Amino acid sequence: MTKENGAPGGHGEEPTRRDFIYIAAGGAAAVGGGLVAWPFIDQMNPAADTLALGSIRFDTAQVEEGASVTVMWRGGPVFVRRRTEAEIAEAREAGLNSLPDDLARNDNLAASAPAVDANRVLRPEILIVKGNCTHLGCVPLGPGSNTGDYDGWYCPCHGSHYDTSGRIRRGPAPENLPVPDYYFEGGEESTIVKIGLSPEEAASSGWQAADASGAVA
Amino acid sequence: MSGPSTYKPSTGIEKWLDSRLPIIRLGYDSFVDFPTPRNLNYWWTFGGILAVFLMIQIISGIVLAMHYVAHEDYAFESVQRITRDVPFGWLIQSMHANGASFFFVAVYLHMFRGLYYGSYKAPREILWILGVVIYLLMMATAFMGYVLPWGQMSYWGAMVITNLIGALPFVGDAIREWLWGGFSVGQATLNRFFSLHYLLPFVIAGVVGLHIWALHVPGNGNPAGLEIKDPKKDALPFHPYYTVKDGFAIIVYLMVFATFVFYMPGVLGHADNYIEANPLSTPAHIVPEWYFLPFYAILRAVTFDIGPIDAKLGGVLAMFGAIAILFVLPWLDTSKVRSMRYRPLTRWFFIFFVIAAIGLGWCGAKNPDDPVPLLGFKFVYLAQFLTLYYFAYFVVILPVLGIIEKPKDRPASIEASVLGNDKS
Repeated sequence: MTKENGAPGGHGEEPTRRDFIYIAAGGAAAVGGGLVAWPFIDQMNPAADTLALGSIRFDTAQVEEGASVTVMWRGGPVFVRRRTEAEIAEAREAGLNSLPDDLARNDNLAASAPAVDANRVLRPEILIVKGNCTHLGCVPLGPGSNTGDYDGWYCPCHGSHYDTSGRIRRGPAPENLPVPDYYFEGGEESTIVKIGLSPEEAASSGWQAADASGAVA
Repeated sequence: MSGPSTYKPSTGIEKWLDSRLPIIRLGYDSFVDFPTPRNLNYWWTFGGILAVFLMIQIISGIVLAMHYVAHEDYAFESVQRITRDVPFGWLIQSMHANGASFFFVAVYLHMFRGLYYGSYKAPREILWILGVVIYLLMMATAFMGYVLPWGQMSYWGAMVITNLIGALPFVGDAIREWLWGGFSVGQATLNRFFSLHYLLPFVIAGVVGLHIWALHVPGNGNPAGLEIKDPKKDALPFHPYYTVKDGFAIIVYLMVFATFVFYMPGVLGHADNYIEANPLSTPAHIVPEWYFLPFYAILRAVTFDIGPIDAKLGGVLAMFGAIAILFVLPWLDTSKVRSMRYRPLTRWFFIFFVIAAIGLGWCGAKNPDDPVPLLGFKFVYLAQFLTLYYFAYFVVILPVLGIIEKPKDRPASIEASVLGNDKS
C-alpha cells in the first residue's frame, strides 16, 4: 500500500496512520465518484411526467367484429381487436407446446402465467396487446392488410407470424405480444377500457391466471 | 519518426512564442519537416481527406444546429424549413447529409488500405486501435444524426437498433428504456440524440489527435511495408511533397463530393425519410444508411439459435463482434510481413474479403427471403456464407497463412523499392 508514497512504515511493518489515510482517501474518492456518476446516469431514465402519462381510456364499442384498431399509448401502438368466434376458437385450440413462447406476457398476471388464451384476454372477444413486434419493434400488419399464416398479425420487417391471441408462432420474434395493464371501467356492462393502470388496480379487475389447460382456476 | 526538431524561429515574435508555447514548432515538426516515406501512393491520402471531412461535418453541423429544432413535433418541419427557407440552407444541409456518406467512403478506403498494407502491425497497434475507436464513434454519431430529421427511416431505424439492446439477457429491457428515456423512441430520445450528436464529433476530433500522435511516433507505414532506415534516402519532408499530394487528392475527392451535393443531393438517402415519423406505421422495408448495410446483413444472417443464445441475441453479438474483432487484429495476423505486395496467397484472400464486405452490403439492402439474381438461393444464405468468410478471414485465414505462406523477396529499403533496384 505504501510502496509509492515512501512514508514511514513501508515493507513488512505495522500499518501506519498514513496507510489509513491513503485507503480512506481512495475509498472516499471512489464512493464520491459513484455518487456523482449516479445522477448523471439516472437522468436518462423516463422522467416523472413521462411516467405520469401512463394511462389512456378507449371505448371498445367502436371496434367492429374481426377488426383491429391501433391506439397510441406511451408513445407506441396498442392493438385493440374484437375477435370473431372462429378466431377465439382458433386461439383456444393452440396447445401450449406448439407455442415458441409459452408465457402469457401479461402485465396483469404473474410472470410465470402460461400462454393459454384465457391468460391473454379479460373478455374473450376483446384482445388488447402492445403493437410492437417483440423482435425489433416494427408494427405488425393485422386485419385489413395481412394477418399472416396464423390469422393474427404479420410483421413485414423480418417475417414474424402472430396468432389470434397475439402469440408468436413463427419467425424471429422471441416473445408473444405483451398484454398491457388494463381493465374495463365500470364493471361487466362497460365497453370503456382503461389501459395502463397500476398492477394494484388491475388486481381488483377480474384478472386471474388460468391453468395450462385453459380453464380459469 | 520524430527526430530532433529542425524548426528555426526566424522572426522575433516566433522566438518569443517558441520559448513560451512552442506551438509553431509542433506544427512545423508534424506537418512541414516530418520525414515521410518517399513511396506513399494515393491510398495514403485518405487520412488527409478524412481530416477535411471531419471539419466539413463539424462546421456544417454547427450551422444546422442554429436552425434545427429537436422536438418530435417540429424536427421534421425544421429540416424541411432549412432546405427551403433558410438562406443557403439547402446547400449546408446537403453538404452535411452527403458529407456523412463521403466520410464513410473515405474511412472504408482508409481501413482497407490499412488491412492490405498491414498498417496495424507492430509498432502501430495502438494507432490502429485508435482508428477503430474513431470508426465506432463515427458510427454512433452517424446513427444518431440520421435520427434527427425525424422521418420514417429515422424513427424506425432508431427503433430497430435500440431494440437490439433489448436482446441482452436480464438487463436488456432496462437499458433500452434508459436509452429511450420513455417507453418508446420519442421526444426524450430525439433530444438526447441531438445532444450526443453534437458532442461526439468533438470527441472524434480528440481521438484523431491521439491517432496522429500515435502515427508520428513510428512514422507512416508505406506500400513496401519497410521502416525508414536512412531518412535522407528513404524519406521526404511532408511539406511540400505530401501536402501537395494530399491536397491534389482532397481536391479530386471534393469534386466528386460537389457532384453529389449539387446534382444528386438525395440519391444516397431513402425516399421514406421524406415522410414524417409515424410511431403507428412501419415502412415496408427498413433499411439503414448504406454504410451500415454490411453489419445489418451480419445481424440478420444469424437466423438460428446457438446453444443458449437465441437468434436475436446471436445476431446482435455477431454484428458487434464484426467490429470488435478489429481491435485484436494486430494479434491475429501472425505474419511478420506487413505489405500484401509480398504475400502472394494472402492477397487473394484479402481481395475476396473486400468482395465479401461489399457483398454483405448488398445482402443488407435486400429482403433476406428474396432470391439472389443468377444464383437462385435466398439472400439470407448468401449473407450467412459471407458472414462466415468475414470472421474466418480474421480468426482462421490470417493466423494460419502467416505461418504457412512463403512471402516473396522484399526490397532492401524504401529507396530501393522506389528506384527499382530491388536486388541491391
